[in-house]
Amino acid sequence: MLIYLLKRVGLGIVIVVLAVSLLFIMIHMVPGDPARILLGPRATPEMIAHLSFKMGLDQPLFVQILKFFGNLLRGDLGMDVITNRTVADIVFGQLPYTLWLIFTAITGAIIIGIPLGCYSALHRNSIIDRVTGIISVACITAPAFVVALYSLLIFAVWLHWFPAVGAGEKGQFWDQVSHIVMPAFAIGLSWVGYLSRLVRSSMLEVLGDNHIRTARAYGLTESTIVYRYALKLAVLPTVTVIGVGMGFLLSAALFTEIVFSRPGIGKLIFDSISTRNYPVVMGSVLVSTILFVISTTLSDLINAWLDPRIRAAL
Amino acid sequence: MAADPLGLMGLCLVTFMVLSAILASLIAPYNPIALNIMDRLQGPSWSHLLGTDQLGRDLFSRVLYGGQVALKVALVSTGVSITIGTVLGMIAGFGPRWFDGIIMLFFDTIRSFPTVMFALATVALVGPSLSTVIIVIIVTQIPTYGRVVRTQTLTIKSSEFIKAEIVMGASTFRILFVHILPNVVGPLLILASMDIPTVIALEAGLSFLGMGVKPPTPSWGSILNDGYTLIRNTPWPIIAGSIPLVLVTLGFTFLGESLRDQLDPKLRKSL
Repeated sequence: MLIYLLKRVGLGIVIVVLAVSLLFIMIHMVPGDPARILLGPRATPEMIAHLSFKMGLDQPLFVQILKFFGNLLRGDLGMDVITNRTVADIVFGQLPYTLWLIFTAITGAIIIGIPLGCYSALHRNSIIDRVTGIISVACITAPAFVVALYSLLIFAVWLHWFPAVGAGEKGQFWDQVSHIVMPAFAIGLSWVGYLSRLVRSSMLEVLGDNHIRTARAYGLTESTIVYRYALKLAVLPTVTVIGVGMGFLLSAALFTEIVFSRPGIGKLIFDSISTRNYPVVMGSVLVSTILFVISTTLSDLINAWLDPRIRAAL
Repeated sequence: MAADPLGLMGLCLVTFMVLSAILASLIAPYNPIALNIMDRLQGPSWSHLLGTDQLGRDLFSRVLYGGQVALKVALVSTGVSITIGTVLGMIAGFGPRWFDGIIMLFFDTIRSFPTVMFALATVALVGPSLSTVIIVIIVTQIPTYGRVVRTQTLTIKSSEFIKAEIVMGASTFRILFVHILPNVVGPLLILASMDIPTVIALEAGLSFLGMGVKPPTPSWGSILNDGYTLIRNTPWPIIAGSIPLVLVTLGFTFLGESLRDQLDPKLRKSL
């Protein structure tokens, strides 16, 4: 297990390093001087030279990448030259909003999706099973930003049930809750469909297994079999799916944050890209990539811990 | 397929979408970019089936032409990423182990960026255009196909008929393209039809953010963006832009699931 853990974490680190280098090279392949673009058309050559020096742009690319990683190890993501705040400050100021949003969305999806999937599996081919099957697929295919637009239209503009923009006043719990309902719904809806389908099919598979047959032969009650033995195994794939789905969750969060003008890392990336504020783009994309790699690695590790066969595969 | 009503429905939806996109110039009652300020922000009527936008452009015509953009992106990007993914996947599965390692690392690196963020970063750097969107989608989809082909190749590689081919002195090229390729086409087709909705939604999403097609070219995403700006005035652009998007993604998903069930009876039993 320890060797597996080391291998997997090592791979995660290599991927982050490669991803950051790729991003770095991409940014530096853009035609035009980043400093010039940042300062706008009225900048004097002295101002551009000063900013280039400040951002380290006058050094070779290789040196810049090495410096970036060196600073990264010290937790320094660079400076935002526009607001004069550290990038880390800006990114970590926005990150909790996104994490909270994703957490709410996925928790909601788990609470609704898993029981729904269990019910469908246990009442296979019933009318409710068929209806939930079709609705689930419809939920999965609806892109988050379309769901976000509709919930904005119906629940904020028409019905005035929920506020349309922002994340609510700091410190006012209910205000924040009312602001998170619609964005979380927009992200979570497709996950409800996804999780219920996943749990349904893995539940059906598990219920056909030998150990469940043995449990039945011992005369255990159906609810004991389902909740104590089958469910544990049936929810296993959801761990992987949620871990790997972190990328989708972050992407969906980006759209919903923009639609609802909600602070968060997605909106930060979008805004900083629009203003070509590269240090902030780098910092925020880096943090979300790390988040993504951590969650996939974690879900792999949890799976390997639960299922020894996977450990042997790497 | 006939015994599977959902698959049939999917096939119908997809055919309907493809035909309406191809025949857009014949069906569309108006020029999709023609302005008509007098008729702006109208609801649906016989003269404008889905209403008009803030510039008086007919939304039904824009939706039809938007289908062309969606179809083009879906076909081109899926086609190219399948081709590259298949070649890389076969090489990874059949070639030396160190090379496999490099290709897998490359795949994992690409997949470590959340797709939309990778797309946004690229578009911001290169500038918004349809070809940028297509290239981004190709790059992000290659690993999806590559991984499947690699796994399939690894499985087939150890089968007896391949060993027999090697003993008889067949070239690597022949083994890969004559024997392994036909065996990976099935899973690839299923994957592609289930992946096309994601691609179409991604194009619409990027156009929604103003990072895809340039105005005034109609795209479902840019229609939705108009709808977002006009949300307090009229719901029709949102409705017009989302209906085809949802129907098409639904159609491809049903079709893909039906194909998977047909080609893989083992799954059919469990689902």
